[in-house]
Amino acid sequence: MNRTYELMFIVRPDMAEEDLDKLISTLETAVSTSGGTVKSVERMGKRRLAYTVRRFHDGVYVLLTVEGSGGLIHELERRLRVTEPVIKFLSVRIDEEQKRLAKIKAIRDARKKVAPATPAPAAEGGEATPATA
Amino acid sequence: MADETKAPTATAEAPAVSEGHTQRPPSRGPRPGGGPGGPREGGRKYFRRKKVCKFCVEKIESINYKDVRLLAQFVAESGKIVPRRLTGVCTPHQRRLSCAIKQARNIALLPFAGRAM
Repeated sequence: MNRTYELMFIVRPDMAEEDLDKLISTLETAVSTSGGTVKSVERMGKRRLAYTVRRFHDGVYVLLTVEGSGGLIHELERRLRVTEPVIKFLSVRIDEEQKRLAKIKAIRDARKKVAPATPAPAAEGGEATPATA
Repeated sequence: MADETKAPTATAEAPAVSEGHTQRPPSRGPRPGGGPGGPREGGRKYFRRKKVCKFCVEKIESINYKDVRLLAQFVAESGKIVPRRLTGVCTPHQRRLSCAIKQARNIALLPFAGRAM
């Protein structure tokens, strides 16, 4: 049930600020009614697009991180497809990636804790452990 | 071993087995004299100075489609993904990198095709 998704969408540049707020709040209510949680909303501002999308050269990027089931993201994508100002969207599942990063971090921290225990002065300067890569 | 007509091959194999692999012709054309200096200059058959994987060295764990500046280093001017024999990236990182580049292309952070070739 707790899959984490990252949903990035591009809104046409000539949309008003309050319309964008309304759109985001609509999405947030959709998330909460489906039983998920919104982790964060990040407005990345207006950017130049790498190629022309629906005859637009710029767009306002918004990044939405949600946590919920698979059906939730299906519903969000359906809404975005229908919404006229949204010109592109991309949803990525990130909970596996976060698990992997947390694991690497845990290994690194465990290694850092072991290193000062041994009487090696070079433990702080750099990781003197053999490369596992 | 009933066929005695295969005598030349039998004698050729026996010394190879006893001496090791000295009878075998080297697989890379002319015998390399001094290692990866290369007998011919323009051939570039031997690996040059050992390129290291940027991600392994700097210990960058997450390759995200959002950091365009990192991804743009591995994309040519035409928009193509640069092969790993030129950049020196190791295989698992190259796979993740190309996945991230394709995601970035989809969300218009990177172009599919740059200047028209």
